[in-house]
Amino acid sequence: MKQSQQSNDPLAAPPGMISVTVDGRTVLVPRTMPDWQGRQVPTTMLQACELAGVTVPHYCYHPKLPVAGNCRMCLVEYGVPALGPDRKPMRQPDGSLVIKKSPRPAIACATPVSPGMEIYTSTPTVKLMRQSVLEFLLINHPLDCPICDQAGECKLQEYSVEYGRASSRFVETKVHKNKQVDLGPRIMLDQERCILCSRCIRFTRDVVGDDALGIVNRGSYSAIAAYPGTTFDNNYTLNTADICPVGALTSKDFRFQMRVWFLKETMSLCASCGTGCNIVIGSRENRIYRFTPRQNDAVNSCWMCDYGRLNYRWIERADRLTNPGGTKLTKPDWEDAINGIAAGLKQTIPGHIAIVASARLTNEELYLVRRLAQFLGAPTDCAPRSGPADNLLLCADRNPNTKGAQLLGIAASLPGANLPVFARLIRNGTIRSLLVFGEDVTRHGIAPEDLARLDFLVASDIHSNGTTMISHYFLPGCAHVEKRGSFTNVHGRIQKFEKAVDPPGLARPELYWLSELVCRVTGQSVGRTVESVFEAMRAEVPAFRNIAWADLEDHGVATSV
Amino acid sequence: MIAERPTLKLVDRLYLTAAWNGFKVTLRHFLGRKVTMQYPEQRWAVPPGYRGAPYLVRDQTGRTKCVACQLCEFICPPRAIRVTPPGPAVDPSTGNVEKRPRQFEINMLRCIYCGLCQEVCPEEAIFLMQDYSLTGCSREEMVYDMERLLALGGVHHDHVRKWDRVRREAAAQETFPPNPIY
Ligand code: SF4
Ligand code: SF4
Ligand code: FES
Repeated sequence: MKQSQQSNDPLAAPPGMISVTVDGRTVLVPRTMPDWQGRQVPTTMLQACELAGVTVPHYCYHPKLPVAGNCRMCLVEYGVPALGPDRKPMRQPDGSLVIKKSPRPAIACATPVSPGMEIYTSTPTVKLMRQSVLEFLLINHPLDCPICDQAGECKLQEYSVEYGRASSRFVETKVHKNKQVDLGPRIMLDQERCILCSRCIRFTRDVVGDDALGIVNRGSYSAIAAYPGTTFDNNYTLNTADICPVGALTSKDFRFQMRVWFLKETMSLCASCGTGCNIVIGSRENRIYRFTPRQNDAVNSCWMCDYGRLNYRWIERADRLTNPGGTKLTKPDWEDAINGIAAGLKQTIPGHIAIVASARLTNEELYLVRRLAQFLGAPTDCAPRSGPADNLLLCADRNPNTKGAQLLGIAASLPGANLPVFARLIRNGTIRSLLVFGEDVTRHGIAPEDLARLDFLVASDIHSNGTTMISHYFLPGCAHVEKRGSFTNVHGRIQKFEKAVDPPGLARPELYWLSELVCRVTGQSVGRTVESVFEAMRAEVPAFRNIAWADLEDHGVATSV
Repeated sequence: MIAERPTLKLVDRLYLTAAWNGFKVTLRHFLGRKVTMQYPEQRWAVPPGYRGAPYLVRDQTGRTKCVACQLCEFICPPRAIRVTPPGPAVDPSTGNVEKRPRQFEINMLRCIYCGLCQEVCPEEAIFLMQDYSLTGCSREEMVYDMERLLALGGVHHDHVRKWDRVRREAAAQETFPPNPIY
């Protein structure tokens, strides 16, 4: 979008562009823009206004849903160039176009722009229309903001303050509908708060392909409902709570847990599968309250699945490892643990040691494991983890960083293929030392009896598990919400995430102690920050060569490999 | 500024005149009207509108008025208030109000008696009352929990009772045609 020159004729825009005037400011907008499915369709007035930097309030319009045009909040006035008897645009004596203002307003979300169009969004009529639409939306609204979970991120609140009337003229009795309607296992509906924008219906029908919701009854009694005898239950239901502009659809998981204005927002990623949906973590005072999706059109659009969204409670489980330990460690102290492990590793012989690292570790941490493995001459692998995939976001690979582990040469080309080999070599006495980072190998084919034969077993994990319990040294690790780093998703996109909460007790991010171990064992330091390790990784691993940490920004970068 | 030190004469240096003048003041007050209050045996009449300690109130039906909106927690400048919301389980005992705090604590050592909580409360559930002398033997004791705050706050007569009104309105619409309720 460029500001056209004053001298330019609005009808002589460059090919593929249209010149429109929004509130007196002339802008060039593309003739077509992607719709919710990414198909090129004629640019609408709402998109043109957004490109011109003018906000048009809207409820039913959502860039990633089909246009419904039912809320009428986006009404604007407009005019088009008047045509003379010769069907040519009429001109003023100074050459400017004669604009014929339309007698009726139009909904900006569904009306395409045309060359020379003028859009007026701040006329007294538009202001009055917005006030009136809001007044209608509020006549049967229960106004229970103090108990509504949406308060603070409610479009009805925001627009009422910005565009609404100061007081209500409605003296009649409000229509009451059902509250606390159990729509499905994860969604609660309050029919009174609903403004019938139909976003939820369109989302589940058109994006998910589960035509589960509809509007029943007529007039003031209209209400959202699941089809009789069914419940609203697919793996994407909680997205409707996000796109619901009011508090009608709320998450049962987050319901009455915390007011949204207390939540600290951290840019992060979902670590529950290889897709790597971009999320915002809402936390307060070191406690996680919710995950919500963050728009990234290259990965997850505006959505995330319920499975990943609700997969965070384990982080505060009571069996978290909170200090270093193990059968050879006398007191739970990092210095002693690192010294002991470094001394043990110096005695290992190449060919008699193996490393299993989790594909839940970050690229940077796996790179440090790679440094260690190369120095010690140790074969490596990851533990595979899979589950049913669906056709929207959820991916069969339930590790967030399998691709990164492969690019770094940690995972076998078929992740997990080396594990049975390790088990056999441990059993026949070839492998005498084993390092396990972030996994429980007893659940991946290496029996505890075999582990007991090892001379040297070091394990780390977030929770206490079968391997850490019998290891000579174990180290407490961190969930991804407790550290910084980057993951490479299944399509090879490198994305970074930030720290939301502090780890419990003495637990420290893997990067912190892996870099220390690498330094003690190999004698070479790669620094202790995510950035310095990333730089070292770039210099060494071809897949990361052209990508700097700063390039990752909020949406990540696709690797060239 | 440099204060000149006057050279004192002999009478001045004896201090007798100064002592006598001091006794005169004492005597005048000793014989005059008594103004000292014998606190704490004697108490001061707290004027209406005085901003004392904030307490929670119930309405005349015994309902805890607070709905755990946490606006007071948000506005409180010294962060004296901590509200624990009830969590997702549906509590049928709350009726149509749906939400009630699980716990509500005010740290009276932090409170600065500004009254912002009372002002911001959309439910008229918290009021600064007349207590001005709060004591305790430990810091923990000075964090008042919900039970204590409600007991101290007592009943606030609510003339509107908006939630009851909504409940009656909704109940009337269960039948068709709706019964007028007024
Ligand atoms: S009176 Fe002021 S300082 Fe005390 S609890 Fe209320 S808002 Fe906080
Ligand atoms: S006392 Fe009032 S402002 Fe504070 S949480 Fe309760 S209802 Fe909200
Ligand atoms: S946003 Fe245009 S009608 Fe709803």
